[in-house]
Amino acid sequence: MTTAATAASIPAGLTRNDLREIYYYLRLTRSLEERLVNLYRQGKVIGGLYRSLGQEGESVASAWALEDGDIMSPLIRNMGAMLVMGARPVETLRQYMAKATSPTAGREMNVHFNDLRLGYLGQISHLGDMVAVMAGIALSFKMRREPRVGLVYVGDGASSTGTFHEGVNLAAVLRAPLVVVLEHNGYAYSTPTSAQTAVSRLAVKAKAYGVPAETVDGNDVFAVYEATRGAVRRAREGDGVSLIEVVTYRRKGHAEHDDQRYQPSAEIERWERSDPIDRYVASVTSKGWVDKAELAALDQRVTEELDAAVAECENDPLPAPDSALSDVLADPPGAVRLWFRRRDG
Amino acid sequence: MAEVTYLEALRQGLWEEMERDDRVFLLGEDIGLYGGAFKVTEGFLQRFGRERVIDTPIAEAAIVGAAAGAAHMGLRPVAEMQFIDFISCAYDILTNYVATARYRAGLATPIVVRGPSGGFVRGGPFHSQMPEAAFFHTPGLKLVCPATARDAKGLIKAAIRDDDPVIYFEHKYLYRRIKEDLPEGEDMVTPIGKARLAREGRDLTVVTWSAMVWKTLEAAEQLEQSDGVSLEVVDLRSLIPMDDAAIMGSVRKTNKVLIVHEDTRTGGVAGEITARINEQAFEWLDGPILRVTAHDTPLPYAPTLEDYVLPQTADIVNGARRLLAY
Repeated sequence: MTTAATAASIPAGLTRNDLREIYYYLRLTRSLEERLVNLYRQGKVIGGLYRSLGQEGESVASAWALEDGDIMSPLIRNMGAMLVMGARPVETLRQYMAKATSPTAGREMNVHFNDLRLGYLGQISHLGDMVAVMAGIALSFKMRREPRVGLVYVGDGASSTGTFHEGVNLAAVLRAPLVVVLEHNGYAYSTPTSAQTAVSRLAVKAKAYGVPAETVDGNDVFAVYEATRGAVRRAREGDGVSLIEVVTYRRKGHAEHDDQRYQPSAEIERWERSDPIDRYVASVTSKGWVDKAELAALDQRVTEELDAAVAECENDPLPAPDSALSDVLADPPGAVRLWFRRRDG
Repeated sequence: MAEVTYLEALRQGLWEEMERDDRVFLLGEDIGLYGGAFKVTEGFLQRFGRERVIDTPIAEAAIVGAAAGAAHMGLRPVAEMQFIDFISCAYDILTNYVATARYRAGLATPIVVRGPSGGFVRGGPFHSQMPEAAFFHTPGLKLVCPATARDAKGLIKAAIRDDDPVIYFEHKYLYRRIKEDLPEGEDMVTPIGKARLAREGRDLTVVTWSAMVWKTLEAAEQLEQSDGVSLEVVDLRSLIPMDDAAIMGSVRKTNKVLIVHEDTRTGGVAGEITARINEQAFEWLDGPILRVTAHDTPLPYAPTLEDYVLPQTADIVNGARRLLAY
C-alpha cells in the first residue's frame, strides 16, 4: 500500500511519516490531559486544570505548519501545539503540580512556560497581551531580515480585548511576519460568542486591519494545517500578517471545576461526533495512508512515555519557600527578606 | 565642554547609544519624520533609518508589548510615550507582562519606556502627570527620574544598557530650562540606584528628585539667606532601586527630613521613604518626617489652579521652617 500513487495523494505535501507523527501528538495531548485529570482527582494538581478536549486537532495542526526558528505563543488550550514544538510532557506535569523541577520552578502554573530555543513563549493570563508581544517578536525577525515567523493563538474572548486590536493593527501596519490563529471555540468561560461579539464570523475582524483571513473547520486537521501553512508562507515571504479563524468547540468547561451548565448537552454531543482525532483517524486509515497497527503502536508509545513521565516527577519536591525571593530583577537579583522572617531579627 | 540643555543631553544619550549598539531602536508615535512632540528624536530617522526609528499607531499597550517581544529576541528597544500620561494605557502590559517576565519565565526584557513627564507647563490633567507611584508599587521595574542635564544623558544611557525594564521619567519643564556644561566625547553613564548629593548642608535633609530638585535648591538658597540655616538636598535620581544608604547617611547627619515630590500625596513615594527611615534610622530623628507634595487632585489647567495644586518653592521653605522649629 505504500505505492507512490497513495503517497502522492496525501494533501498539503505531508508525508506518511508526518501523518504518524501528527497522530502521535494528537494522542499525546489527549492522553496527557487524561493523566492530569487523574492527578487532579488525587489532589496532586495544585489549582485548576484546563482541558483542550475537542481542540487538539487545530492546536497540533497549526503548530505543525511552523519551522525551526519560528516562535509561537500558546493559550491554555494549546498544550498540543507546545508538544509539537518540543515541550516535554513531564514539564507540563511538573508545572501543574508546582514542582521545584518545573520549567518555572513553581512560579507559574500549567502551560504558562516557555522555551524560546524550541520556539514557544508562554502566555500570561491577560488575554490579548501576547498579540502585542508577538508583534514585537515578529518585528524583530523583520528588522534582522531573518526568515522567521511568529504565530499567536487567541480565542474568541480575547478578540474582544484592546490589546488584540492594538497588537494586530500594529503588526499589520509594520508588516510584521505574524500569523494570528483565532480559535473560535464557542465559549470564553461561560460567555458564548454571541455575547462576546455581534459578528458571527470572527475572520471579518481582519478586514479592519487590512490583512487576509480565512475561516476553517478547526476539527479538520488537514484544513487547519493547510490554512496555517499558507499564512506562515505569506509571513515568511514578507507579506505580513494573516488571520485564521479556526472553528472548533470546547467540549469541557473552562476548567475542571466548571460544571458547564451553560453548554447544552445536545451541543456537546453534536461536537463529539465531530471529534478531531476520530475524524483524523478515519481519514488516514480509510485512505490507506496509515494503518491501524501503526496507530496502535503509537498509542502504546504514548502510554509508555506518559507512565515514565508521571513516575519521573510525581515525587519531586515543591520549591524551597525562600526561593520565592530571587530573580525579581537582574540587578539587584532578589527581593529583600523582610525582618520578621529573619531569625537574627 | 559644551553647554547643553536637559533635552539635548537626553537626545545625545539616545544618539550615542544608537551609534554604539545596533540592537538599540526607537518606537513611538510621531517620532520619525516629525521628531517627536518635543523633538527629542529630531534627526534620528535621517541618521538611523526607518527600521530603527519606528513610527507606530496610537497604541501604547502594543508599543510596550512589541518592545518587550523584541527585547526577548535580544534587541534593546526604547519606547516613547508621547506624554508620560499615556503610559496608563500600557499599565497592564508593563505591570503584568514586562515586570513579571524575569521572575515567572526567566525572560530578559531590557526595554526603556520614556516620556515627557510632570507639570508646571499648563498642560492640564492629561499632559502634566508624574505617574511614578503607579509603577513604584510593582516589583520587576526600575524607575529613574533625572533632574540634571548630566543625569538626563547618563541615566538614558544606563537605562538602555540595563538588563531590566526601566521607566525613564524625563521632566518636560526642565527640557529647555536646564543647561549644563557637559564634556564632549565622554561616555557619561549615571549608575541606576545611586543618589546624588545636590547640596551639602547641616540642619535638615530634603529628599527629592526630578524638577523638585531645582525648587528645593531655590528654597535652600532662600533659607540660607533669610534664616541662616543649611539644607542638604539629596537627589534620588532612581526611585527603584532606591539608594537607602544615601538617605540614611544624610538623616544621620542632619536628623531632620523633609520629602518633596511633585506627584500627589496619598500613596506617593514619600510615604515609602518615610517608612524606610522609620525602619532604618528612627533613633536618629529629631522631628517628624514631613512631606511637601502636590495636593490630592487631578492636575488642573489654569495657571492659578496648577500653581496652587503643585508644590512650590515657598511651600518647601514653609515646610523646612516648620521642621526646623522642632
